[in-house]
Amino acid sequence: MQRLFNFFYEYRAFFTFLLLEAFCAWLLIENNKFQNTKFFNSSNRLAVNILGFSQSSREYFSLRKINEELSRENAQYKTLLERRTQNSGIPFVKNDTLVRYDFVSAKVINNSVAQFKNYITINCGEDAGIKPGMAAISIAGAVGKVKSVSEHFSVLISILNIDEQVSCVLARTSSFGTAQWDGTDPRFINLLYVPRHIQPLEGDTVVTSGYNAVFPAGIIVGIVNEVKLKEEALFYDIRVELAQDFRRLSFVKIVKSELKPELDSLERATIGIRP
Amino acid sequence: MNRSGFFVGIYFVLHVLVQVMLFKQLVLFNMAFCFLYVAFILLLPLETNPLILMLVAFLLGISIDVFYDSLGLHASSLVLVAYLRNYWLGTITPQGGYDAGEGPTLAVNGVQWFMVYSLPLVFAHHFTLFFVEAGGFGIFWFTMQKVMTSLIFTMFVILFLQYFSFDRRR
Repeated sequence: MQRLFNFFYEYRAFFTFLLLEAFCAWLLIENNKFQNTKFFNSSNRLAVNILGFSQSSREYFSLRKINEELSRENAQYKTLLERRTQNSGIPFVKNDTLVRYDFVSAKVINNSVAQFKNYITINCGEDAGIKPGMAAISIAGAVGKVKSVSEHFSVLISILNIDEQVSCVLARTSSFGTAQWDGTDPRFINLLYVPRHIQPLEGDTVVTSGYNAVFPAGIIVGIVNEVKLKEEALFYDIRVELAQDFRRLSFVKIVKSELKPELDSLERATIGIRP
Repeated sequence: MNRSGFFVGIYFVLHVLVQVMLFKQLVLFNMAFCFLYVAFILLLPLETNPLILMLVAFLLGISIDVFYDSLGLHASSLVLVAYLRNYWLGTITPQGGYDAGEGPTLAVNGVQWFMVYSLPLVFAHHFTLFFVEAGGFGIFWFTMQKVMTSLIFTMFVILFLQYFSFDRRR
């Protein structure tokens, strides 16, 4: 026994090292697995204050760009509203899509594009009714998914994250695929699992499929930039240019899917709990 | 807590702030990162207890992780650096040994020694950091490119700051 203790004491540095590394590994795995880690991420108050300060000082230099984007967004809404009014005769009729999805606008506090796993922090949280699993979009296209929420802030998984997959559709051929980032260029994302018999073309639009009820159907992800088909491959290698330039993301909208609980419980009752 | 402990505490907070407010935004060509906070562990006094060194490295890593939303990532690579540091210091002891009460800095030991000391450790940090983040060796060459460019960037900033505080000692 004495010798055992001596052994441990002699190599105490090594054992502390192992212990700490094991703890880090556990944290890494847990962080990837679980949706809602409350405190130890950039949505806690201190982190948000510091990051918010640095973001706002940077934003000061791109005010003109942000202004332009906002006015473009505004114009788009005006057109939509006008079209609605003309089509229905009566403005603001509550129809199916209005009930189905509700939108919360939020400002980006922290964003990165150069890492392999990029996250976005925004200034809306529980108090605005945001819950983990909701989708985030911008006026240009799909942005990501809510990972964890604190009282006033939330952290989104950007679609520029090698672990994140989005169910997509090629709008022209209505064939399905999965969009996943390969970790290299923040302007492009890959569209996987499009089978050989489809003929995708450069310039095709890729939109969300709406199959997983996170993203509403038909949100633009990007435009097909490059199509390759290897000799023996089962699927195409498709490179999609993202509609949203993530390097200049300043506002997002969180999509509250009002029918998601209903859909989930219906599916669970029919298919059983998904793995 | 004594006087020098107090200053170490200030340095700690300073490294976290500079990292998350300045260097987190400063990524060159979407490729080269600067992880200046490694210098904090590299430059702690020679006689620091290895256990305390690793615990401090863990705390610093976790603080950085909170801002990068990557809990455990920076901590694990920094603990590795802290563990390797004392063995490496033992291996590359200059002739006549280290001066008592001095840190392993450029001012005390010279450029050549400092490069030999810091380059492998910073490389070990960047290597583990990027490959753990990439989740394996799947995109090996791209990740390696990130490691090397970041190594150059980080080393450049560390050396620059070391030269900056050069003549205070002599």
